[in-house]
Amino acid sequence: MNLKLKVWRQSDAHAKGKMVDYSISGIDGDMSFLEMLDILNENLINEGKEPVEFDHDCREGICGSCSLHINGEPHGPDKFITTCQLHMRKFKDGDTIVIEPFRATAFPVIKDLVVDRSSFDRIQQAGGYISVNTSGNTVDANAIPVQKEAADTAMDAATCIGCGACVAACKNASAMLFTSAKVSQFALLPQGQVEATERVKNMVRQMDLEGFGNCTNTGACELECPKGISLDNIARMNREYLKANLKG
Amino acid sequence: MSALISSSIARKVVMALSGLFLVLFLAQHFTINLTSVIAPDTFNEWSHFMGYNPLVQYILQPILVAGIIIHFVMGIALEIQNNRSRKIGYVRYNGSANAPWTSRNMIITGLVVLAFLGLHMYDFWVHEMAYKYLEGNPEDPTRYYAETVEKFEPIWRTVIYVIAFVLLALHLWHGFSSSFQSMGWNNKYSAGLQTFTKIYAIAIPAGFVFIALYHHFNPITH
Repeated sequence: MNLKLKVWRQSDAHAKGKMVDYSISGIDGDMSFLEMLDILNENLINEGKEPVEFDHDCREGICGSCSLHINGEPHGPDKFITTCQLHMRKFKDGDTIVIEPFRATAFPVIKDLVVDRSSFDRIQQAGGYISVNTSGNTVDANAIPVQKEAADTAMDAATCIGCGACVAACKNASAMLFTSAKVSQFALLPQGQVEATERVKNMVRQMDLEGFGNCTNTGACELECPKGISLDNIARMNREYLKANLKG
Repeated sequence: MSALISSSIARKVVMALSGLFLVLFLAQHFTINLTSVIAPDTFNEWSHFMGYNPLVQYILQPILVAGIIIHFVMGIALEIQNNRSRKIGYVRYNGSANAPWTSRNMIITGLVVLAFLGLHMYDFWVHEMAYKYLEGNPEDPTRYYAETVEKFEPIWRTVIYVIAFVLLALHLWHGFSSSFQSMGWNNKYSAGLQTFTKIYAIAIPAGFVFIALYHHFNPITH
């Protein structure tokens, strides 16, 4: 198929970017979206032009590296997939595809379609862990009984790959779905109880410091999340946060 | 405590609590207004009580005004902060693909309702203050029904009231159910509670619309 692409080009973090039009032909429906961009870049390199920078790594929906806001939605028009899992058969011959970076003040553009998502790392570092003594007397996690439902819900929360689609989709660029998934995966398990109070307080504080917006419960994040992380996690985080602060 | 007040979650909880308080007030207001249709004497009696009871006038009324101001100011503050969180917008943003119109436009529906409140206060509260304190009129427990019906005689005012209540319904459709999520109240009762909030969001504004139209089409003949 033949396509028209409108791609955000920005030479560096401080440059003023703009949308640039490209035409691309010979695209097969079985190609992934990133393979289509690979072909675009081959064409650009052959023409002696600067290729389009975009994030990618595993290309199988696990790592959370690929981002891209495609035709107005993070990871494109399909649900519960990452951009690398988006197939070109979702588009028709002659379509115009608008490709932009994830937009949020806390996700500044580094170059073209690549954004700096290290704000997520800092939220995680603020409390998204448990402290375990590993100096020879580590307790086997399986030795602690965990209710099946709690284990399953914690696992669901832990499937968050931190891609940032929740922030990109949210009209307020809120990071509450990401932060709440990281809070929930520990809040539901006995191993997470020791640091529960400080964890939620510190992670929410860091989230606010990074400049993310406020959640207005539109639910866009849940629908655009490649892993289907539930809004229930946000309610749980709100509950944990209030409980932690009322305790003092 | 200062960290709690300045946090995004705490602000959302303030929005939720003030919103729930206003939802409760709405039910009470609707109940009294409904009597103007089914029992005018009761409407006069209750309106007089609300207008002259010291507890209502000097404690509940200031609390209500505070609730409205807190909800409005916090809503604007959150909107400004949210706009700052995405300084460069998308060229194409398909918001309808993943969120309903009501949830994405709370600021619009909220501001329309607030503007309506200005007219509503002018119509009833300013009139009441002038009647009692400026003109120094004596208590008249029989005047409220006639004054209310008279207000809905002009078609323009009735239309404005109807439009405002449609916007209020859209605001409540998202806001009422959303308040429980903001406070972390999701449990086995959530599904039932959601249904109740959606019914409430339609039924109460529809009831107010009915009352406005009823009085417009049934004027007091002199």
